[in-house]
Amino acid sequence: MDLAYGPEYETFRAEVRAFCKANAHRAPKTWFSEESRAWQRLLIEHGYAARTIPREYGGYGAEPDILKSRIIAEEFIAAGLPMGMANQGISMLVPTLLELGTEEQKQRWIAPTLRGEVIWCQGYSEPGAGSDLASLATRAVEDGDDFVINGQKIWTSTAAQADMIFCLVRTEPDKPKHEGISYLLFPMKTPGIEVRPLVTMTGRAEFNEVFFTDVRVPKKDIVGQRGQGWLVANATLRHERGMLGDPNQAGTRFKALVELMRTETVDGQRLMDHPVYRDRLLRLQGRVMAMEYHGLRLLTASLKGEDPGIARLIVKLQGCELNHQLAGFANDMLGELGILYGDSPHLRAGGEWQTRFMFDLGLIIGGGTAQIQKNIIAERGLGLPREPKVAG
Amino acid sequence: MEFGLSDDQRMMQESVGRTLERVTPLEAVRAGASAFEALRELGVPGVLIPESEGGLGLTLLDAALIAEQLGRHVTRTPFVGSAVMAPLALKGTPWLRKLASGEIKAGVALSEHASGARDGAGISVRNRRLSGRAMFALDTDGADILVIADRFGDLHLVNARDAGIVPLATIDVTRSVARIELNDVEAEPLGSAALERMIDAGRIMLAADTLGAGERMIEKAVAYAKERKQFGRVIGSFQAVKHMCAEMAAELEPCRALVWYAAHAFDAMPETSRLLAAQAKSHVSEVGQFVARTATEVHGGMGFTDLLGLHYWFKRIGFNRQVLGSPERARHDAAVAQGWVGN
Repeated sequence: MDLAYGPEYETFRAEVRAFCKANAHRAPKTWFSEESRAWQRLLIEHGYAARTIPREYGGYGAEPDILKSRIIAEEFIAAGLPMGMANQGISMLVPTLLELGTEEQKQRWIAPTLRGEVIWCQGYSEPGAGSDLASLATRAVEDGDDFVINGQKIWTSTAAQADMIFCLVRTEPDKPKHEGISYLLFPMKTPGIEVRPLVTMTGRAEFNEVFFTDVRVPKKDIVGQRGQGWLVANATLRHERGMLGDPNQAGTRFKALVELMRTETVDGQRLMDHPVYRDRLLRLQGRVMAMEYHGLRLLTASLKGEDPGIARLIVKLQGCELNHQLAGFANDMLGELGILYGDSPHLRAGGEWQTRFMFDLGLIIGGGTAQIQKNIIAERGLGLPREPKVAG
Repeated sequence: MEFGLSDDQRMMQESVGRTLERVTPLEAVRAGASAFEALRELGVPGVLIPESEGGLGLTLLDAALIAEQLGRHVTRTPFVGSAVMAPLALKGTPWLRKLASGEIKAGVALSEHASGARDGAGISVRNRRLSGRAMFALDTDGADILVIADRFGDLHLVNARDAGIVPLATIDVTRSVARIELNDVEAEPLGSAALERMIDAGRIMLAADTLGAGERMIEKAVAYAKERKQFGRVIGSFQAVKHMCAEMAAELEPCRALVWYAAHAFDAMPETSRLLAAQAKSHVSEVGQFVARTATEVHGGMGFTDLLGLHYWFKRIGFNRQVLGSPERARHDAAVAQGWVGN
């Protein structure tokens, strides 16, 4: 046990902190804007974004170092500054191209993607292919030098802003479902693409539906071989760990709950002085602490190149559930104030707690539902047998 | 930066585990056999006592790893009171050497300060002599000396022969608990500095014990789900059963990090250990209860019988939950430690 980072890392931390202090005024207020791209370029230049991407492809070119990545995240969060862009192009497509793209694809796409000049969306899920993604039905039929695509994608975030899409399509309908998929790259301006915003329970359009009608894509814009799209997509999933974000989002959110308990009053009494609310806060604190230290355990395993096994498999399930519970408790402690929304008077934190409570439910479902996560934990983690296949 | 066990710690844990597997199989647990002698050979009674006093001179994290094994094997032995809590009060006394060698055992009575006084408990002091009742004293079976807290939290050492020790039957036959009646008994004052440290250390041990017992219950449930067939399939292939197993694992796995962290903090960051010990005790107890009932349910009717003996783990977890501060009490202490509420 040694929870210190050591002198080399503390020097690095001091550098990051100094950068944050000196450059806070340049932090962007808007996204998909020139100021946000300027910020991204600044971060890449200092190695605080695209840190381990080779220089020849527009990255900073540092050796992977999980502790340094974590220190960057900790310091940016502590300073209240936005971290480097973590859109799907950067966190999913770039690692995929680095691993499986052609040299031409790497040269063409990686640098502008890192700089935020090319925004990507991900075309994976379909109305009929959610948890069972490999059953996707969007067809791509060969016609001369092109594929002609017909079908529909759903849950496509940033489709309205995206310049490009990385998309899974079925090219070999006669092959077994995992072997008939290809991974294509094409512009969202291609004729035949229609984007319809998908409004969720939060009242916002966080996602879109994307419809393809006779969309022509050159055959050369495929990543990997034809029929190997499933493998290409899964190679990407291995890189999800790279999406560090806030290493302790629940901890940050918990601090806000403590502040709320201290400042909100009911009948003139602080919520913190109310034993029932306080006990609930403390119950959540136990969970938050357990997940925070669990994160340290996973970090150590990564540093040693060990596979922590089941300890890793539970993170999505437990993390999303905890965040949802934290937001739910904030609404409960606000009582009737907790139902306010939109631009209502008396609204607290801009309605953020209600929005999070709802959006977090989406996160519990998205990216592998809680039930799929439990199957993974039970089957891969505990070695329980799979559900027998249904005949036909 | 390394948040994990050292090779030495892993080896020590394995060696304790192997010993317990050998000396306390389920039949031995049923027969009420103690593992004290076997653990004594490994130096367990002196795990926290300095090497200069004949102990192993290890940390509370090492003790937590032992406690985890004791919970795994539902082991009967004086440990939380005698090997972990008592030595904290007896620093600098000749008793340490005797405790370390296993020549004597120590009971500990301070439940009034960890859980609150019930049924007329409370010890008063007059001229270095103690009178009154202490409830839920730990490790009293075969104890030679008793460390007792009075009403004001001052600690005292009493010869067990001078005390009226009334054993209390509990759900958990692997532990010994007693009521202590003192009537003008001679005592040696030990000061009050160790009281909270003893409670914190004890709480971390009980959390670690529940962690070990819970792990074992999950393993048993998973093994049973892979073997038991109904409707022509092993029940572990039904998602209803599979998800129960996944939920247990998902809840218990982060508890390991919480126990490690709290135990490490006890030595390395003592200013945080009140909060961490209370939260480890409370959270692991809550998860332990969920695991205990769910693992029993996975076993169906068999889990409810005495035949399988699963109930020994269920009861061990139940005992750990209530002793030295039930979850509500421990959380209250956590609130006090953070200045969220007055005492």
